[in-house]
Amino acid sequence: MSVTPDTHGTPAPRRRRRSQLTPWLFLTPGILMFAVYVVIPIFQSFWISFHSWDGIGEARWIGLSNYSELWWDEAFYTSLKNNVIWLVLYMLAVPFGLLIALFLNQTVRGIRIYKSLFFFPFVISQVVVGLMFSWFYAPDFGLLYTLIEAVTGDGVAILADERFVTYGIIAAGLWPQIAYCMILYLTGLNAVAPDQIEAARLDGAKGWKMLWHVIIPQLRPATFIAVVVTVIGALRSFDLVSIMTAGGPFGSSRVLSYYMYEQALSEYGYRMGYGAAIAVVLFAIMMIFISGFIWKMWRDEKGV
Amino acid sequence: MFQVKHGLAMAALLATTAPAFAQTRTLVMNTDASDPAPKAAFEQLIADFEAEHPDIKVEVNVFDHEGYKTAIRNFLTADAPDLANWYAGNRMRPFVEANQFMDVSDVWAENGLEESLGSAASSMTIDGKQWGVPYTYYQWGIYFNRDAYAQAGVDPDTIETWDDFVAACEKIDAAGIDCLTTGSKALWPIAGIFDYLNLRTNGYDFHMQLTSGEVPWTDDRVKATFANWEKVLPYTTDNHAAIDWQDAVANLVQGKAANYVMGNFAVAAFKDGGMTDENLGFMPFPTVDASIPRAEDAPTDTIHIPAGAKNPEDAKLFLAFLARADVQTKMNETLGQLPINAESSVGEDPYLQQGFELLSTAEGGIAQFFDRDASPEMAKAGMEGFQEFMVRPERLDNILDRLERQRQRLAGQ
Repeated sequence: MSVTPDTHGTPAPRRRRRSQLTPWLFLTPGILMFAVYVVIPIFQSFWISFHSWDGIGEARWIGLSNYSELWWDEAFYTSLKNNVIWLVLYMLAVPFGLLIALFLNQTVRGIRIYKSLFFFPFVISQVVVGLMFSWFYAPDFGLLYTLIEAVTGDGVAILADERFVTYGIIAAGLWPQIAYCMILYLTGLNAVAPDQIEAARLDGAKGWKMLWHVIIPQLRPATFIAVVVTVIGALRSFDLVSIMTAGGPFGSSRVLSYYMYEQALSEYGYRMGYGAAIAVVLFAIMMIFISGFIWKMWRDEKGV
Repeated sequence: MFQVKHGLAMAALLATTAPAFAQTRTLVMNTDASDPAPKAAFEQLIADFEAEHPDIKVEVNVFDHEGYKTAIRNFLTADAPDLANWYAGNRMRPFVEANQFMDVSDVWAENGLEESLGSAASSMTIDGKQWGVPYTYYQWGIYFNRDAYAQAGVDPDTIETWDDFVAACEKIDAAGIDCLTTGSKALWPIAGIFDYLNLRTNGYDFHMQLTSGEVPWTDDRVKATFANWEKVLPYTTDNHAAIDWQDAVANLVQGKAANYVMGNFAVAAFKDGGMTDENLGFMPFPTVDASIPRAEDAPTDTIHIPAGAKNPEDAKLFLAFLARADVQTKMNETLGQLPINAESSVGEDPYLQQGFELLSTAEGGIAQFFDRDASPEMAKAGMEGFQEFMVRPERLDNILDRLERQRQRLAGQ
């Protein structure tokens, strides 16, 4: 049947119309989901942020009051500062991930086991990571605490000290994030062209030169993804803060996403409007990075 | 054709459900009684109620204790049960003001509850009406390790005033034991210390004015409370900000600490850790100013009828049952807490008997606890301030300024 040529001559425009329609048909479910669960809630958050609302009663329009309050809110600046610290230090996951990937990218007996062991922290839940590090830091019996006590004679309870608490949580977050970057680089290393390495070797390149001029340029796609997931991971850090300190001591380890949760949804909060205003600010910060990434991807694709 | 089918289906539906309605009426109850003791107490309560009212069937939905605090906000509006657990004082105010709880003043009037539940009446009343029925509370105070006191050579029974307590702390500290332990990771345990010091330093009325936002936090009387607190900070467990209340229980059980300001629910944890009536002691919080009538903290648990209840008549029957002296006696025996009804009796437990004595003679008044008396946002800010004060007492003025700004913002709403 299908080999029979179409002698009836279906008019071409209709066929074209059908071929134009098909992609939209396939896209519709995705677009619908994306609209209902992502796009519309974004606009709802903007709308709620102009109200004073406890989530059950009447919402009252208060204009920009939530934002002006945010401007004077010390806790907001603490959260913002911590988010910046997260963003900067979380970036360490990228070079460390590359380092471990390079180290593991060899063919020895049982390498798959080592690779999966290094990947392990990314597989376990963030909640478990948080609990493990809480015990690691715990006063009196924690491994790190007793170690510091043995060396300096006086233990430091990392999670109870406002000076160290954020760094302590970031260290816990880096552990799985490094594993994530490592796996991205390991797949990237598989795609490195062997003939180029061969050629470079013939030209006498080795060590750092080889890495910097031959390997890393070929890993650019992996680096791009690693930076993207790390930036987004740093900005939406929530679970570790919630598990390890609940924002404490006295709010010094809060990040924006946790502060938003506290204000809008926790037992002592239910200020939906104020929480939404924090969410909008966090969204704006994320937008800077996300539009940067999209612009770069768009430029790269056009270049091809 | 469709209509015929539809009609048939309706008939079938009616045929199956109608007799069921005729035989039993249903009460749906949502509760956070997920821990073993509350769960057993509620099962017993419901079995007794059903035995007395065979035509009423109670369906219970048990929620996890923490999750319930969020869930109640959803189910009150979306799918209201006939009965729901909650707490007295300002904790129920948002639901009362949002018209989510039903006025049950008629249950109070008909059963003379104003009289029998007198000690909790004020905390159940908003705008002159009652919004639920309280069924249990428990005392707060100082639980102490007698062995630790013996080791330091101090007799705990001689402690009457705050100065006695501070003097005892010096000796206990000299013996290498933390005088006061607490775990402030979840913030609320230290609010008990503030409540008591403020109640003892400034009295019940001032404490209530402060927690309801009528007095500035920068008031000198508030500073006096913190000055008293500062006296014991050097003898308080380090790193309390990193540990939970259960970890601090371990400190007391192991004799690393001597005193713990806690609620009576902690007795079970102390005993699980191996303490007995021999070495676990309880004392009322010491006096600061003898001229001030003694007030106590006693958080009260309550049951309410949501405004959207489908069977409010039977729900009111249930509340009247819950308020009865014999019911509260039996229920609190299982809970290991104190009944509210004045005609109820308390079990053999020495801590409960002391607590019953303590609360029934508290001429100053009964506070609900800081996070129930203060509005939720003020409570959070306040408890964070207390924690910061305990770690960095030199920042007190800064902290009080911040709390005052928060109070003014809330007052302006």
